[in-house]
Amino acid sequence: MLEVKNLGCVRGERRLFSNVNFSLSPGNWLQLMGPNGSGKTSLLRIVCGLLAPAEGEVRWQGANIRTLGEEYFTALTYVGHRNPVKEELSSLENLRISCGLSGYEITRAEAAAALGKMGLKGRENLPARLLSEGQRRRSALARLLTCSGTVWALDEVLTSLDKTAVTLMRSLIEEHLSRGGMAIVATHQELNLAVSSFQRLELAS
Amino acid sequence: MFRWIVARDLILAWRRRADVLSTLFFFVIVVSLFPLGIGPEMQLLRSIAPGVVWVAALLASMLSLSRVFANDYQDGTLEQMLLTPQPLYLVVLGKVLAQWLVAEVPLVLMAPLLGVQFDLEPNTLLILFVSVLLGTPILSLIGSIGAALTLGLRGGGVLIALLILPLYIPVLVFGAGAVDASIIGANPAANLYLLGAILVFSLVFAPWATSAALRISLE
Repeated sequence: MLEVKNLGCVRGERRLFSNVNFSLSPGNWLQLMGPNGSGKTSLLRIVCGLLAPAEGEVRWQGANIRTLGEEYFTALTYVGHRNPVKEELSSLENLRISCGLSGYEITRAEAAAALGKMGLKGRENLPARLLSEGQRRRSALARLLTCSGTVWALDEVLTSLDKTAVTLMRSLIEEHLSRGGMAIVATHQELNLAVSSFQRLELAS
Repeated sequence: MFRWIVARDLILAWRRRADVLSTLFFFVIVVSLFPLGIGPEMQLLRSIAPGVVWVAALLASMLSLSRVFANDYQDGTLEQMLLTPQPLYLVVLGKVLAQWLVAEVPLVLMAPLLGVQFDLEPNTLLILFVSVLLGTPILSLIGSIGAALTLGLRGGGVLIALLILPLYIPVLVFGAGAVDASIIGANPAANLYLLGAILVFSLVFAPWATSAALRISLE
């Protein structure tokens, strides 16, 4: 169970938000909305432990994530708005390495299967710099298929994805939730998932 | 996980060979300019050799250091590394090891060859090799702190030099000192032991400081 209590964030001189509260139990997801600059990314980065909150705390299974450290990171998968994809490496290498870094060893066949499912069949061995923006996004998202934790923190996942990829992302999140996963999704579009336990958090500008 | 980091950085370095070669050529050219400029005055060349080779090694490693974390910072892969379930200490150690293998080992191998230009004895060349071998990992380790602190800053390259070069002074003094001692026929062991001690010390503390610096830079 992931709990967020009285969270506040200050960036520079500006207060982005204060008193944000929510909790997620298995199978639950939260849609994070708000205009540009309202602090969606900052909130996600705080939930991931990349950013220290100005006040409040994030608790995972009852313990503050800042004391849990690495133990929490095994349960967490963060996809930021930038694609953590190396230009010089192929999608296959990128995926295997990023899984290797998270402590999962996957074979070439497993990686190729995941990339195929993300619609990159036949392009697994191209250097990422030759891929389009949407294909790079797909390649970065393939990690969710192979080596993901219980909590997904997804920042603008649908940007530069086409219709089929958006549908695919929806079904991926639905599957993840049905397996007892949790997700926090920052997005401008409505996701309309077929999952009933759903919360919505709107950050004001 | 550790080997994935090292393997990844080695593959990336291989695909960006030009970066690696530019550091090596910088080192070779700077060291070679001195004998060409001074002319065949053997006595003078022999006495400036340790200082010249070591200063060139410091400057060459500054060149490659600014890139240790900068690329990963820009494309967001550094963020992912901070979220791996292993201690950040190991991640940093892996990246520093890869940087040393890629950027510093060629300097280590090239140093004795360049020493020949300064008319150094074979025995002295060996000491030069050993001192550079012990000293360059320290440069990578200490340099990584500066690279992490200056991430995302404009003019980071110059700032790293200002932050880190003063910290390199002990390495320069003992490294060049070992070679100096060997030239005048004294025992260089004391200098080499001190280099070894600094290496062990920075191996323990530098990755820890770099991890803290990375967390601050990524906030």
